[in-house]
Amino acid sequence: MKEIIYYPGCTLKNTAKNFEDSAIACSEALDFKLHELKDWYCCGTVYSLTSDDLMHHIATVRNLLRVQEEGQERFTTLCSMCYNTLKRSSKRINENENDRETLNSFMDEEENNYEGKVDIIHYLQILRDEIGFDIIKEKVKRPLKNLKLAPYYGCLLLRPNEVAIDDPDSPSILEDLITAMGAEAVYFPFKNECCGAYETVAEVDLVVERAHNIIGNAKRNGADAILVSCPLCAFNLDNRQKEVLEKYPDFEGIPVLYFTQALALALGLDPDVCRFDLNYQPVEDLVRGIEQ
Amino acid sequence: MKRMGLFICHCGTNIADTVDVEKLAKKFESYPGIVFSTNYKYMCSHPGQALIADAIKEHDLDGVIVAACSPILHETTFRKLARQSGINPYQCEIANIREQCSWVHKDKEKATAKAEKIIKSIIEKTRLNEDLKPIEVDVTRKALVIGGGVAGIQAALDIADAGYPVLLVEKEPSIGGHMAQLSETFPTLDCSQCILTPKMVEAATHPNIELLAYSEVKSVDGYVGNFTVTIEEKATGIDWDICTGCGQCSEICPISVPSEFEKGLGNRPAIYTPFPQAVPNKPIIDSENCLEMKTGACGLCVRECEAEAINFNMEPTYREEEVGAIVVATGYELYPIMNLGEYGGGEIEDVIDGLAFERLLSSSGPTNGKIRRPSDGKLVKDIVFIQCAGSRDPEKHKPYCSRICCMYSTKQAMLYKHSVHDGQPYIFYIDIRSGGKGYEEFVERAQREDKVIYIRGKVSKLYRENGKVKIAGVDTIANKPIELEADLVVLAMAMIPTTGTEKLANVLKLQTDANGFLQETHPKLRPLESTTAGFYLAGCSQSPKDIPDTVSQASGAAAKVVGLFSGEYLQLEPTIATVDEELCSGCGICISVCPYSAREMDIGKGIAKVNEALCVGCGACVVACPSGATDQKNLTDEQISSMAKAILKGEKES
Amino acid sequence: MAFELSKESVQSDFIKKIEELSGEEISACYHCGKCSAGCPSAMAMDLLPNQIIRAIQLGDIETLKTSNTPWICASCVTCYVRCPRGIDLCSIMEAVRQMTLRTNKDHIDIKKYTGELASLPPIAVVSALRKMSS
Repeated sequence: MKEIIYYPGCTLKNTAKNFEDSAIACSEALDFKLHELKDWYCCGTVYSLTSDDLMHHIATVRNLLRVQEEGQERFTTLCSMCYNTLKRSSKRINENENDRETLNSFMDEEENNYEGKVDIIHYLQILRDEIGFDIIKEKVKRPLKNLKLAPYYGCLLLRPNEVAIDDPDSPSILEDLITAMGAEAVYFPFKNECCGAYETVAEVDLVVERAHNIIGNAKRNGADAILVSCPLCAFNLDNRQKEVLEKYPDFEGIPVLYFTQALALALGLDPDVCRFDLNYQPVEDLVRGIEQ
Repeated sequence: MKRMGLFICHCGTNIADTVDVEKLAKKFESYPGIVFSTNYKYMCSHPGQALIADAIKEHDLDGVIVAACSPILHETTFRKLARQSGINPYQCEIANIREQCSWVHKDKEKATAKAEKIIKSIIEKTRLNEDLKPIEVDVTRKALVIGGGVAGIQAALDIADAGYPVLLVEKEPSIGGHMAQLSETFPTLDCSQCILTPKMVEAATHPNIELLAYSEVKSVDGYVGNFTVTIEEKATGIDWDICTGCGQCSEICPISVPSEFEKGLGNRPAIYTPFPQAVPNKPIIDSENCLEMKTGACGLCVRECEAEAINFNMEPTYREEEVGAIVVATGYELYPIMNLGEYGGGEIEDVIDGLAFERLLSSSGPTNGKIRRPSDGKLVKDIVFIQCAGSRDPEKHKPYCSRICCMYSTKQAMLYKHSVHDGQPYIFYIDIRSGGKGYEEFVERAQREDKVIYIRGKVSKLYRENGKVKIAGVDTIANKPIELEADLVVLAMAMIPTTGTEKLANVLKLQTDANGFLQETHPKLRPLESTTAGFYLAGCSQSPKDIPDTVSQASGAAAKVVGLFSGEYLQLEPTIATVDEELCSGCGICISVCPYSAREMDIGKGIAKVNEALCVGCGACVVACPSGATDQKNLTDEQISSMAKAILKGEKES
Repeated sequence: MAFELSKESVQSDFIKKIEELSGEEISACYHCGKCSAGCPSAMAMDLLPNQIIRAIQLGDIETLKTSNTPWICASCVTCYVRCPRGIDLCSIMEAVRQMTLRTNKDHIDIKKYTGELASLPPIAVVSALRKMSS
């Protein structure tokens, strides 16, 4: 069985345990073991965009160093925010020797210097590039027939160009996964529109508007559920439906699933690994529909 | 000893601001061989030239050095002046102290020192110059025009009208180019077909023009005045000599595939003429879609053709032609919508490009001029035009302005409004570029009379919504994001060189620019000439341009060809390679390095000769010759060494 | 009130500071508006994204200081991937935010949101603090 180091990040151990559990179960069913990184740190959550702000990359580098110390040169993650932050930081640090030296000198308590060779890939890239959607299709035991899914990419898997896992304006990786699972990917032009991200802390109304627009777009195009790959997108699109309903009384909810939850169902795994109790909108009807 | 004069030009402030011209003129007065040295504000002007002419007489000069701009600009001017003043023109040399000195430096002291070195080296070269005479060669007084759009047609007609034979080669089955697809033309709104088709017919019937449609140029050898070209006449599947053009074959053909001419908005059979007014009005068989050619199970057209003109086994034929000059007019195409993911990447049916919309506007188009949207044929009530789709986008697409979009979108919005009175056109734009005769007035008319709404801002995203196309844009005048739903969106896609331009440029040995357009010799002073002698450029193969500019350029290129043909001989530069027969061992290395096939073995003498007509004086063989037998006239090894010495004199050895 | 344009304003050190922090060339923007057209949060902004660049180009610091736009921007990078001149506007917004944050003025007072904090994903809280407090 193939193995790869896996970086969970804080939220997958918290509100997004359903994402982590389903992903681990799926990868095992696909003969691809996730091996959790030892002593991982918070990634920093957002990539620091100012040129002189080198200190904010230190969290990333410590994680890269942990991977290096396990004798590996790559690792994977699930959360889009972790992916984006780690990927952008690692690009900067790997490609810039001066920055690397400065950061290594900051971390003088570390036994080893970071050598600038560790790369990160997203879990979806493993599914596409290393397992292959044709193999996944073969391993699907319960095709998600008659299910129309809206593939939501959000921002961080696609932008900026240099870290994009697919074409930023016409991606297809989630659509291809949906097709492999036997479901139908609906036309969803809002698939790469921002959900409002961390503005959910202080600008709830902004996020409510974003969620209302995105969900509305998915529903008008016939989606039964939205697939996401980021715990913050999941929160804004799923949990914030409560506030959307408060603002728009005739709003009808829609289930929001991590793509790994849908994949677990399609692979015929025990639905318990999906931890649907952590999803805000009820998913039971949807699951029952698949089982029949 | 040679009596040389030095004339330093200020070029206004271009040189004088950076190089101390007066100091230099003074300093060179005492330079060996210089009997006269002066400076003047504009040496190329009439008084400037008079100054040189007078000095030649007064001081009995037999060598002239003009320190000024690049020789590309005015070498011809000053050599002509030298000849008129009674000295051999090849005793006049240019020291380039503008492009290679004043324009690229700031420090006046250092620039002056550099200019001094440049001038010294040219004086040393001139000191050793020989009198030379231009090489005279015969000219084949027949032209080849590549491309049968409006540019090629105009160039062919002008050359033919001047009395010279023309071969007009078009790769499509009909001439006419993109202009044949257009509805009406700005700023006069005359019908494109009405003004173009008479020209197409004239080109096809002109006694001096031979039209080769569905043909391509495969190779070119030779040099200006004497080219040999090979042209492929592609297999049409129909003997055009006996085909009457009755059209019965097209009617009976069971195949229906998207028509290229209709931009996929209409269909055509597998045996077809691209459009009813095609010239020649003869069909071809599309072998990829013809049932008979794919499976052998049809042949309906053969039975229908009374003239028995159909021949599925036809092979392409090749012919060789001698021509003296070549006009390249290979035109443009539109950048594919597929490349703009944020605008639907070509997947939204009701998002089309400007040429496709021309077909919707055309009364002979797939909708007979009714503005119906492609997805469901519904009449279009709201229409949005988006400018700069792929243009002015150095980051991901094309950095240049495509020049014609502002005007044709204005025209299209206007024509739309004339067709759908209760409809509303909107144009999203960054800047309206209406520089042309009657153009700004045309835009004003669209605003005042046709109430076209111009929205200053770019559109960021297009998507399908409620059976329409949703536009996410901005109005940077109102400073508001703008959303609207339209039945049809027309993208003014960037103009790019026709597919295959790069390949043809390789065949013809022409240079292309960074964007793949054919490169002219000089953007201002020689815009019609390609960088290879004997090739002239017309139309959009050189850069995006509208019909008036295209036709003007085509006529200009034709005038250049006629000028070339009207001389008794063609004069070529004599500054070419020469061989010392005593020293040449006949090793043949020069033959292998010559890019112009100008070196050849003289079997009898056992030496390598120079073909004076082919040699351009690039110097490759001079450098390669192991025995020192090859030298270059007026740029001999001795001259180069004395030029180098002049430059290095006084420099510390390092 | 009219903005007083002068060579002091358009050549101010402030512009250089923003360019240094963001690594972007402010003069590259030709105001096509594509950033503003595609910005998912433009409706909540008092100035459009391209207006922020305009204010910087002119050296109009007062306008920048009072605008909510840099704080509404969530660095979603839609503008940057579509910008025809390749300007990373998110970095410019960050530079503008940093100009305030580095004077020890926080934009967000996290204590105000304690009621909901526990239910929010940790990444939301951490990134909001990172972006909007010093």
